[in-house]
Amino acid sequence: MTLHLAVALDGAGWHPAAWREASAQPEAIFSARYWAALVAEAERGLLDFVTIEDSLSLQSTLLDGPDARADQVRGRFDAVLLTARLAPLTSRIGLVPTATTTHTEPFHVAIGIATLDHVSGGRAGWRPQISARSTEAAHFGRRPFPRLDGSFSIDDEHVRALFEEATDAVEVVRRLWDSWEDDAEIRDLPTGRFIDRDKLHYIDFAGRFFSVRGPSITPRSPQGQPVVTALAHARLPYEFAAGGADVVYVTPHSADQARAIVEEVRELSAELRVFADLVVFLGDDAAERKARLDGLDGAELRSDAAIFTGTPEELAELLLQWRRAGIEGFRLRPGALPYDLEAITRGLTAELRGRGAFRRSYEATTLRGLLGLPRPASRYAEVS
Amino acid sequence: MTRKQIHLAAHFPGVNNTTVWADPRSGSQIDFASFAHLARTAERGKFDFFFLAEGLRLRELKGRIHDLDVVGRPEALTVLSALAAVTERLGLAGTVNATFNEPYELARRLSTLDHLSDGRAAWNVVTTSDAFTGENFRRGGYLDRADRYTRAAEFVRLSRELWDSWQPGAHLADKSRAQFVRPAAIGTVRHEGPHFTVEGQFTLPRGPQGHPVIIQAGDSDEGREFAAATADVIFSRHGTLEDGRAFYADVKGRLARYHREPDQLKIMPAATYALGDTEEEAAENAAAIRRQQVGPQTATAFIEQVWGRDMSAYDPDGPLPDVEPDPSEGVSQGRVPFGDRAAVAAKWRALAEEKKLTIRELVIEVTGRQTFVGTPAGVARQIDEHVQADAADGFILVPHLTPGGLDEFVDRVVPLLQERGAFRTDYTGTTLREHLELS
Repeated sequence: MTLHLAVALDGAGWHPAAWREASAQPEAIFSARYWAALVAEAERGLLDFVTIEDSLSLQSTLLDGPDARADQVRGRFDAVLLTARLAPLTSRIGLVPTATTTHTEPFHVAIGIATLDHVSGGRAGWRPQISARSTEAAHFGRRPFPRLDGSFSIDDEHVRALFEEATDAVEVVRRLWDSWEDDAEIRDLPTGRFIDRDKLHYIDFAGRFFSVRGPSITPRSPQGQPVVTALAHARLPYEFAAGGADVVYVTPHSADQARAIVEEVRELSAELRVFADLVVFLGDDAAERKARLDGLDGAELRSDAAIFTGTPEELAELLLQWRRAGIEGFRLRPGALPYDLEAITRGLTAELRGRGAFRRSYEATTLRGLLGLPRPASRYAEVS
Repeated sequence: MTRKQIHLAAHFPGVNNTTVWADPRSGSQIDFASFAHLARTAERGKFDFFFLAEGLRLRELKGRIHDLDVVGRPEALTVLSALAAVTERLGLAGTVNATFNEPYELARRLSTLDHLSDGRAAWNVVTTSDAFTGENFRRGGYLDRADRYTRAAEFVRLSRELWDSWQPGAHLADKSRAQFVRPAAIGTVRHEGPHFTVEGQFTLPRGPQGHPVIIQAGDSDEGREFAAATADVIFSRHGTLEDGRAFYADVKGRLARYHREPDQLKIMPAATYALGDTEEEAAENAAAIRRQQVGPQTATAFIEQVWGRDMSAYDPDGPLPDVEPDPSEGVSQGRVPFGDRAAVAAKWRALAEEKKLTIRELVIEVTGRQTFVGTPAGVARQIDEHVQADAADGFILVPHLTPGGLDEFVDRVVPLLQERGAFRTDYTGTTLREHLELS
């Protein structure tokens, strides 16, 4: 029984004090070489893909708005451009940036991710993300959002509308990716036609939040449909993921929870690949390292995902246990970079291979290929 | 006194008929390898920058997608970011629309590109006023033509505020003092204007160039004024010596009003070229390229844009028919309009009669020959003359072939420009601002 492995890259790792570790390079976070080294390490470990976190506001410990803290990583690159910068430096690993559906035009997302797929030779994915923060909406000034406070709930009308909008955005993006059929470019000398325009399609999407005419300006990309992934913690985002994503990241805290979540997701979709997110601190002294970082930060690490501390061997056992509960892959969030990433790519993968549970070489050239997803024909192509 | 230095840029062949696809050497317009080849060639030639155009809706003729030219291109900044990985010094300029983007997001993307390329990012600011393109966007609809430059100006001003909002040294990464950033050095931007209301903190430290290079391409009086006030480079259409000198004098003359020096705005007209071992061979090559650029169907499509009606019944290798233009609305969407179509048609008819031209010959005649035609030595001399005579500060070269169209220029013309002492033999700086001698 094999499993898929991805890592979530963000800042100096997922512990807010990770940048203060001796092996951390916080001065290099705003350079290409920093990220190039991380993704090269992930590719050496033969991981399926890396994700890059993003948002259109500064990181904060507050629910809504900047916290003016000096002692945590603040600042991020645009994730789509960062992954594009990494694409020519890698050859097999999938690249999955985050881009918001709340403020970014679906048309721009569609051509950005399609272009990432072109420049990476078919290794692009996308994590659509909603943004409910009023302070982030103020960066655009297009529509006022209510300020989020302690009573914030995923069932708020405001949040439900953002998910509805995100569902429309994913639908538009997917239609645009299909709006050029694969063989639209003909270069027909006798008629002087570069394209067969019958194989380019208006998508004519009209929804509650926007309408988009199409077609895309970008020809269909190597994967046809880059891989769409979504983080989900509750019924509403499960439904969002089931409606439009290929991969969902869920956050169980035990094998039993994992089994229950997989069951719930399976009621919604038979095809969705279910990955579990885990924050991981690895090594013989993992618990002490985490405790020391907690001390530096002045607070115990809190996370939506389960937090694992232990050896690569122990983590391999846990992953296989959850695998038996129906989880098909894992998106590991390294507690500290590059330390815990190297423990994944060198230690964990070796443990898994020893149990026959992880690849020994890349078996495909595209991300869809690595995930066992077929390359779909354009929805607009007529079956002949 | 040192010779005035030439600045050169390479335009990736675009989606109009000047890009020849019906040639066995014509490669993919979308594979990354094509972009990488052209960019590496430009860097081998020590060019200032590589340039990508943009169009956010496919062009239409008679209500259908125009199918005779190259169609399809990538998202500009995404490709440029990938190119930053395969080049080291070349500037990376992307055209991005100020109508269908939001300042916070675009400023952030440009700053990202500037960081990831170590200071090589440039933005060609364009605006679109048509509802046709707007149909692809949330914002939708229409920007009044009169508001195009006020929006662009406010957009750039706000972008610069965002780029400046982290003071130098705001990113400390000081482990011992537990200070990743200095919060007091991260300013809050509060902007309220006719087009944008933005409040908040930016997500990136100041980039290597401070401000990415701003390019402007409009030619109207407002466009020139906007460039004089705001831009670092003008991408102009005035490639001939007289036209170029008049434009150059006009725009440089506007700079004092904004307390700017003449060398703070570089004027770089678009230029096409055809080379040959002899002048005769160059002329033959030029004519052959023109015939490739204007095939029979393209000739018909061209006159349809002016006549505003279906002209497919007429032989493009025959005479211009005796029909009048349809004065109602045009048949073309997504391109620069022809203006007074009746006047253009009358002018073209007179020209065709005088020179006894077929439809195709007429279109070849009126759509302009190459800017520079000659031997490598002759073309090097012409380019240098234009620059020394203040008709330009350099040129944005537009090859007619993807991806090899710049190879011969770099191999044969650039060394001669270098011999004349008018073009760098190696990069002296690392950022695009340094290449362009901008402060």
